[in-house]
Amino acid sequence: MVNKGFAKHYYLMLLPGFIWLILFSIVPMFGIVMAFQDYNPGLGILHSEWIGLDNFKYMFSLNDSGTILFNTLFIAVLKILGNLLIPLVFALLLNELRVIFLKRWIQTIVYLPHFISWVILSGILLDVFGYTGPVNQILSVFEIKPILFFGRADLFPALVVGSDIWKEFGFNTIIYLAALTGINPALYEAAAIDGASRMQRIRHITLPGIQSAIVLLSVLSLGNVLNAGFEQIFNLYNPLVYSSGDIIDTWVYRTGLVDLQFSLATAMGLLKSVVSFIMITVSYYLASKFANYRIF
Amino acid sequence: MVKDNTTGSRIFDVFLIVLLAGIAILCILPIWYTLAVSLSDNAAAGSGRVGLWPVGFNLSSYKEIMGDRKFLNSFWISIQRVFLGAGLNFVIILLMAYPLSKSSKELPFRNVLMWVLVFTMLFNGGLVPWYMTVKSLGLINNIWALVLGGSVPVFSVILVVNFFRNLPKELEEAALVDGAGPWRMMMQIFVPLAGPVIATVTLFSIVYHWNEFFNGLVLMSAADHYPLQTYIQQMVVVVDANTMTAEQIQRMSELSNRTLNSAKIFIAMIPVLIVYPFLQRFFITGITLGSVKE
Repeated sequence: MVNKGFAKHYYLMLLPGFIWLILFSIVPMFGIVMAFQDYNPGLGILHSEWIGLDNFKYMFSLNDSGTILFNTLFIAVLKILGNLLIPLVFALLLNELRVIFLKRWIQTIVYLPHFISWVILSGILLDVFGYTGPVNQILSVFEIKPILFFGRADLFPALVVGSDIWKEFGFNTIIYLAALTGINPALYEAAAIDGASRMQRIRHITLPGIQSAIVLLSVLSLGNVLNAGFEQIFNLYNPLVYSSGDIIDTWVYRTGLVDLQFSLATAMGLLKSVVSFIMITVSYYLASKFANYRIF
Repeated sequence: MVKDNTTGSRIFDVFLIVLLAGIAILCILPIWYTLAVSLSDNAAAGSGRVGLWPVGFNLSSYKEIMGDRKFLNSFWISIQRVFLGAGLNFVIILLMAYPLSKSSKELPFRNVLMWVLVFTMLFNGGLVPWYMTVKSLGLINNIWALVLGGSVPVFSVILVVNFFRNLPKELEEAALVDGAGPWRMMMQIFVPLAGPVIATVTLFSIVYHWNEFFNGLVLMSAADHYPLQTYIQQMVVVVDANTMTAEQIQRMSELSNRTLNSAKIFIAMIPVLIVYPFLQRFFITGITLGSVKE
């Protein structure tokens, strides 16, 4: 049943949202031309000199760019792997827990860090891993000298990846747990009657039962290969760890909004946007092909 | 569920309870520790003598914060931001999700609009062009920059669209026969049925606007316009270690007011800790319902 007269009301409903979208998402996309200009704030976008790919050439000639690309990929890939695997293991263990009220409590608690900001958590982490913080206090019991954790470039990626997994693993179990509820309990009963042990039931019923969820999450995470986590690193890093902790997003911030090299920062930002966009599109294509996934 | 009472299985159960409870405790331990430090004597905290229980219990840091005009001002800005931002998101999400849940027969170009929406979620102009746009709109130092700066919450819109599409068609047809127009249909048929998913996206909006610090840092040029998270980021987290040696950093961490900083951090967490238990029972249903498609 279609009422033709409704369409104009529908467009009216959509109007405010699309105005907002145009002003704050679509207009900025046109600003990308700055990446191909020698942008001068005095002249504006329309009158700045067009220099083609010079910004990109200059960008790749910098020593920094190799380092930040490597750091970004390295941290992001480790995070992707950790955030797929650890929630999976945790969801499987939680699924085996038979004390229901305890299960609810644990779920409620492990989801919580997801909702706390990186500003807050960074404040806490810098204190906990600080020079006189509890971690160093514990180490001193074993006669280990205090370590300046967030001043050590060799430790920084591990701390970033570890704290990100700590924050997100609980929340990331939600999809797995939802998939687990879809498994028919009769399968477990049948397997038990046939003499399958608990491990065999996990191996042959639970894992195949959530296989499609695992495939889907893995494929969709492809889109994050350049997302090393700006908010986290921005709040945890300092110049002592730039060599292993500076990533594309933090570099773009410093270059663009601190050093005011607008065109150079836009060029690097564009590189990231384009690569991410391609990766996400590929991942959605694969997800729709292999896991029958539709965004809408 | 299968009952499995072999000794090995029982031992595994006990092991599991200990392990999972331990992991859960690890998730709130740092938060608890922060509370303990904030309630301790500053000298004890500075020398690292505080563990999981306050040493020299006192409320002086909380009293000091109550008299700190800058902190209270930022707190108030964040409260305003959450109400304006989450309120606006709520209205816009519903107004966009309802029409977009219709078929392209009912809403011509529906799929085009949907792809535009998804495109803006996947691709963006980057930091500098976005900053320039907000600046040219004259919103620097204006609270509306914080409210509008993040643009439309597209992910939430899609979640609600998918939820609306899964509601039975018969409901709509019955209301149509009874003469309901599009606005009435949305408000009286669809919205009341979407409770869990609306609670979920509202939780996301509230948490986003409370936690977001970067727009506050970039779009507000003066500290008296900072929302709370930006204030905390600037006062507590940022340490200019540019020229510092390890010894200087050590001395600074001893001099810095650890109890006061911990109290500020803890207060900034309180709204999330209050909202979370009420809404968390909805969001699991909300997320899974919104993401499952026919």
